[in-house]
Amino acid sequence: MKVQLTFWRVVFAVIMILGLYSTYVRYLHGLGAVSNMTDQFPWGFWIGFDCLCGVMLAAGGFCMVGAVYLFNVESLHSVVRPAVLTAFLGYLLFIVGLLFDLGRPWFIWHQLIYMNPHSVMFEVGMCVMTYTTVQFFEFLPNVFERLNWKTPIKWIHKVYPILIVGGILLSTLHQSSLGSLYLIMPSKLHPFWYTPALPFFFFGSAVAVGLAMTIFESTQSAKALGRHLELSVLVRLGGALLVALWVNALLRFEDFVHRGILGQIVKPSYEAYFLWLELALSFVIPIALLSFKKVRLSPNGLYLASVISLFGFITNRLNVSLIGFETYVGHHYMPKWTEFSVTLMIIATGFFLFAVAVKYLPIFPTEETEAQPSRVREPVLSGAPILEHAGD
Amino acid sequence: MLERSLPEPIHFMSKALLYDSTMCIGCKQCEQACATQNNLPYNDAVAAEDRQSEHKYTVVLTKNEKFMRRLCMHCESPACASVCPVGAFHKTKEGPVVYDVWKCIGCRYCMAACAFSQPKYEWESLNPRVRKCIMCPDRVTAGKQTACAEICPTGATKFGDRDDLIREARERIAQNPSTYLNRIYGLHEVGGTCVLILAGVKVEDFGYPTSAKIGDTPMPEYTGRVMERVPDFIPVWSLVLGGIYWISHRREEVAAAEAQEKEKKNGGAR
Repeated sequence: MKVQLTFWRVVFAVIMILGLYSTYVRYLHGLGAVSNMTDQFPWGFWIGFDCLCGVMLAAGGFCMVGAVYLFNVESLHSVVRPAVLTAFLGYLLFIVGLLFDLGRPWFIWHQLIYMNPHSVMFEVGMCVMTYTTVQFFEFLPNVFERLNWKTPIKWIHKVYPILIVGGILLSTLHQSSLGSLYLIMPSKLHPFWYTPALPFFFFGSAVAVGLAMTIFESTQSAKALGRHLELSVLVRLGGALLVALWVNALLRFEDFVHRGILGQIVKPSYEAYFLWLELALSFVIPIALLSFKKVRLSPNGLYLASVISLFGFITNRLNVSLIGFETYVGHHYMPKWTEFSVTLMIIATGFFLFAVAVKYLPIFPTEETEAQPSRVREPVLSGAPILEHAGD
Repeated sequence: MLERSLPEPIHFMSKALLYDSTMCIGCKQCEQACATQNNLPYNDAVAAEDRQSEHKYTVVLTKNEKFMRRLCMHCESPACASVCPVGAFHKTKEGPVVYDVWKCIGCRYCMAACAFSQPKYEWESLNPRVRKCIMCPDRVTAGKQTACAEICPTGATKFGDRDDLIREARERIAQNPSTYLNRIYGLHEVGGTCVLILAGVKVEDFGYPTSAKIGDTPMPEYTGRVMERVPDFIPVWSLVLGGIYWISHRREEVAAAEAQEKEKKNGGAR
């Protein structure tokens, strides 16, 4: 087999080599050598991005499963499988990220025997474990179909209602509990982001992100695989996204008013700049864009609005986990390049696995059999162009 | 598996430390005794370090010729113990908040959650531990005082029953109101702590969080309010989701059945 040297393959190789070097530093020289975390900043970029953003970006899975299987919205059927795949990979990679961040990852199984039910982290851990298992079973039919195993598919279909309800229940708990983690830090987290409503906001924004992420990922894979894109699906998702953004924005506004900090927010300050950036990207710009019918009906417009809102919610998670602590700590935290490189390696692995899965498994609906020839043209790394968004 | 409410904070009978900064002469013997007790290196270089770290559990700070000790406050309701997913921290009935290293998975939630930022980490270690003052639990359970209190030449750090120490602190303030600020730091902060501080200056100038900021609420309550809803939320939300599933699929079934019926009728008509 001849492997062609393309730009994205070289980028992929460089990311992997740097990532493996950082992995070596992490496990043979310790957390201090690989990161800029300190006693004052015990949670750094890996918690802020890999964990908080990673789980948030995997929300497409439960959102689409909810829409299609729970609410029976038949028209979105074509996006369920890729969304479930993305979420499943997202959770697997989130666990990999956790193995980098935990100081003693070899004891991660202690969660199962030394349980502390008062700990939000315990809830997070249990949800990750069980939900990843549920997602594994949601993903399995792809493999069985490919292998043409009829009986196990029947079994899975029998327990599907349990998987669906269980999966959404666990997602609700898990997405919100990532926000609950910060409830115990009222004196440390900046008032712009510390609110008793954090768990609700984390869940609410996850729903919006789930929709935006599905638009983003459908558009990207259509481009990369030369597939035909169903505009009607995107338009529906875009409409739902607009509603979700409005709901989130109004609740955030209500929270600011309720806590009486509107005056502080409009005054320029270090935190205010980051809050403005977050609010502009997650709410103002995408809502403004999606308010135009022209944008709501165009694939490019929907894509743009979704990507901007994704950046906005990523900014939100980083504000909650990093920026919001800088005033308390009294100095800035800037991740070391090795921290970034581990994250990049994990993301690149995700894109690679997605491309492999799409190539070998019936992830996209059957109408694709017609598009088969175009898929053959592009070999394994056909998903690589998506890497241009690896920094998301 | 999930208990409904947080454990009642232990309020009485517990041991405590009273640190009176007006009596402190900054000799740093407590630092040295602490290091010896915990098998940590102590030399001039360590003595000169003016912050706590994984090898320095307590520090005597100097500012404008005033001294101030810092150490783990041993909260009545410790945040570290409530947030730890594997329960590696727990409050003993004698007062010390202790750490079981063999349970720890290294998530560092204790460090993030502590209002006093006391837990420190062995960042350079390949099998890192969380480090902080554990109030000499072996000595305390054996009925002895902590190493720092025992060595203190002026009695600035005093070990005893929490209630007795509170009484004594009040007396000292009453007898010398000009020397002291009328305040015992740790009496109510985050629901009360087992380290009590008397001072003539503001403890906040030495890095302690202000009382207003950390408040009197025991830290575990902030997450407890949400966590205690989880056992109710799970069955209710499952029912709601299951109900939605049933309704939306029932509609489909009905539609299918109706279609079948129609077909039958049409067939019959033909």
